[in-house]
Amino acid sequence: MDERKTPNTATTNGLTRRTALKGLGAAAGAAAIGTQAAPGFVRYAQAQSSEPIKIGFQAHRTGIGAAYGRWYERTTEAAVRLINEAGGINGRPIELIVEDDGTDPRRGAEVVERFATQHRVDVVFGTLFSHVVMGSAPRAGELKMPYFCVSEGHHVASGVLNRYIFQPGITDVKSQVISMAPWVAENLGKKVTMIFPDYAFGHDHRDFFSEAIAAQGGEALELIAIPPTESSFTRYFPRIPSETEVIYHVMVGPGVLTFVSEMGQFYGANRPQIFGFIDSLEAVDLASPGLEFLEGTYFWEGFPRYAMPEATEYDTFFREQVGVNADGASIDDPQDISTYSHMFGCWETLYIIKQAMEASGYSSATDADKAGLIEAVEAMTEFPEGFEHPQGRKTFDGKTHQCFGHQYISVVEDSRLNVVHKTSIEDGLYEPEVDYTTQPL
Amino acid sequence: MTPADTTKRVLMLHAGVIAALFLAQFVLPEYHHGVLARVMVLAAYATGYTLLFGYTGLLSLGHAMFFAAGLYGAGLTVYHLGWSPPAGFGAGIAAGLVLSVMVGFVALRTTGVAFMIVTMMLAQAVYLASLYFGEWTRGDEGIVLTQAMRTFEIAGATIDLSLPDERFNAALILYACSLLICLAVVRAPLGRVMVAIRENEDRTRMLGYDTFQAKLMALALSGTLSAAAGASYALLFGYAGSTFASIHYSIYPLLWVLLGGAATTLGPLIGTLAITYMIDVTSGFTSAYLLLVGVMLVLLVLWSPNGLLGALRDRKLAWLP
Repeated sequence: MDERKTPNTATTNGLTRRTALKGLGAAAGAAAIGTQAAPGFVRYAQAQSSEPIKIGFQAHRTGIGAAYGRWYERTTEAAVRLINEAGGINGRPIELIVEDDGTDPRRGAEVVERFATQHRVDVVFGTLFSHVVMGSAPRAGELKMPYFCVSEGHHVASGVLNRYIFQPGITDVKSQVISMAPWVAENLGKKVTMIFPDYAFGHDHRDFFSEAIAAQGGEALELIAIPPTESSFTRYFPRIPSETEVIYHVMVGPGVLTFVSEMGQFYGANRPQIFGFIDSLEAVDLASPGLEFLEGTYFWEGFPRYAMPEATEYDTFFREQVGVNADGASIDDPQDISTYSHMFGCWETLYIIKQAMEASGYSSATDADKAGLIEAVEAMTEFPEGFEHPQGRKTFDGKTHQCFGHQYISVVEDSRLNVVHKTSIEDGLYEPEVDYTTQPL
Repeated sequence: MTPADTTKRVLMLHAGVIAALFLAQFVLPEYHHGVLARVMVLAAYATGYTLLFGYTGLLSLGHAMFFAAGLYGAGLTVYHLGWSPPAGFGAGIAAGLVLSVMVGFVALRTTGVAFMIVTMMLAQAVYLASLYFGEWTRGDEGIVLTQAMRTFEIAGATIDLSLPDERFNAALILYACSLLICLAVVRAPLGRVMVAIRENEDRTRMLGYDTFQAKLMALALSGTLSAAAGASYALLFGYAGSTFASIHYSIYPLLWVLLGGAATTLGPLIGTLAITYMIDVTSGFTSAYLLLVGVMLVLLVLWSPNGLLGALRDRKLAWLP
């Protein structure tokens, strides 16, 4: 009972509030002197402020996206190296943490969780395949993790995702497709038959291009959906109406070589105009046996694979840094063809993350700083062409979290692609479908 | 050991596993908390699978169709019709039950390799259907269930399935129910008949059992449990896409069950947990992690064909169900 009457331990030890305050003041003073006198402490203090910015790179190292993933990783490493050489972000170096998602939406969600709760990254970046983005995005939003995809899917701008998901480095497929329609209608023909894989990517092309060509006074005569399990396509070609002026194809996957060679056998020399998306042939050598039929046909390109005479110094610099030669192949291995129409998106997205972190004064992986980062990205409106944006100028809609850039149309000549048209950004604009800024952070 | 002792041990073991999983949420770091929630959902799928494969001896290569039936049954009704998560879960289970009975009437006319091929082909048809009806399913890209769609009220309390604790405990309830259903079935007369069919179907039929009916019930149970797992995945993780109907997701439960122990009630959990962490750890070192996992599985099949828990039962714990 006597012990209970003892006021407190501090006073029994002879330490009053006043002496405690004096002690604390003295300690603070000593620490202040110490920071000037003791070099070791100074180094420690600097280390606290120069901790790396951790960027989680969700990579398709295995699975169907591996060819794209390999080049996404090379591009990312090049950009990270350059940013770090130039002083990093807010004076802090980038630490890139790579996790393979196996191009699988379930694994993608797991990888996001791992980035957020184990690696404690500042942002997640770099996902390409739409189904992985869709599988991962809910977890990113729940974990309040800024998530920058480089997917070209319309998922971000369509409004089905959440405020934490951005696509500021590559134009989405809706914009790409509708920007093609004016040139196709004017130069190739207005009666179009579309051949596309029977899944979401193909359906996007079907829906967006049918509408866009109709707006140009054209018509989609026939829509031929091909199940992704098909290995032979011959039976689909008789469905192409004889009055077709343009075949629009976007066959992605290992069947593309068979598709092209069977189409060649079907038509011989007497064929309609043919227009396709290079997605089918990213990482594929145009001189591959079986692709001879593509001579004289046209392709959408996001960024011209073959260096054009009019290529900008930014394009040349980008090629050098990533290790791509003038033919769009690896400098070390000419057989290793890049995914040139897409991978620039990784580079540009990293510079946007840098710019937004610097604008928002991002300092730590707290919810408040992440909210500031998101608002800083949403405040962006334009990315000028330059070393940071070698593919070209882009506009950015902070409400839809989507950027819009120039697109290219190229013709196959002597097994290489030569640019014949560059679209304006306005060609690919459409009415916004969402305002993510109304969602809470 | 008397049968009563065995029953007591078995019940204590299963109750202990469920209790350990419940307690794990309080001690696990955040990342592993999330992983275990996902593992429990997938283990529920594997538990459904082992009822057919492990206990009845029917190797299905198309179980992804049942998982997908639940996934879409819940996902589409919640997404397009605005149903609440419990109603969506019910729709998922109903879809799995209907599909598994229909598949049973077709596929159970065959046995052995033919059964494998028929189930695989039917699953492929479901996969292609999920792409074909892309207008509603968004095919391979899939649909995202927002936080609002996954929130509901029950007895005055608001349950948000996107929150970690709610998700963990919902996954635990799902797994516990699957495990206890599996245990009850294998200890019931139906379970004995299923094992008898696995060992010698002709003899079972000769003894007077309606083997078709027993197999149909096993398939319906297995498919419905798989669908319950699929429905839970959609509601807990907010995504439903065609990938879950692909052949990979028919092979995964086979691997999980093989590793854990085919005709064991707890093997699916052990197998799912082990393979998930094998991939998680090895993928940090090499992109050839699936090769490593494959080699480990081959070694396991060579040296311990009954899986981890099967080996334990063979050597030490003969009473394990």
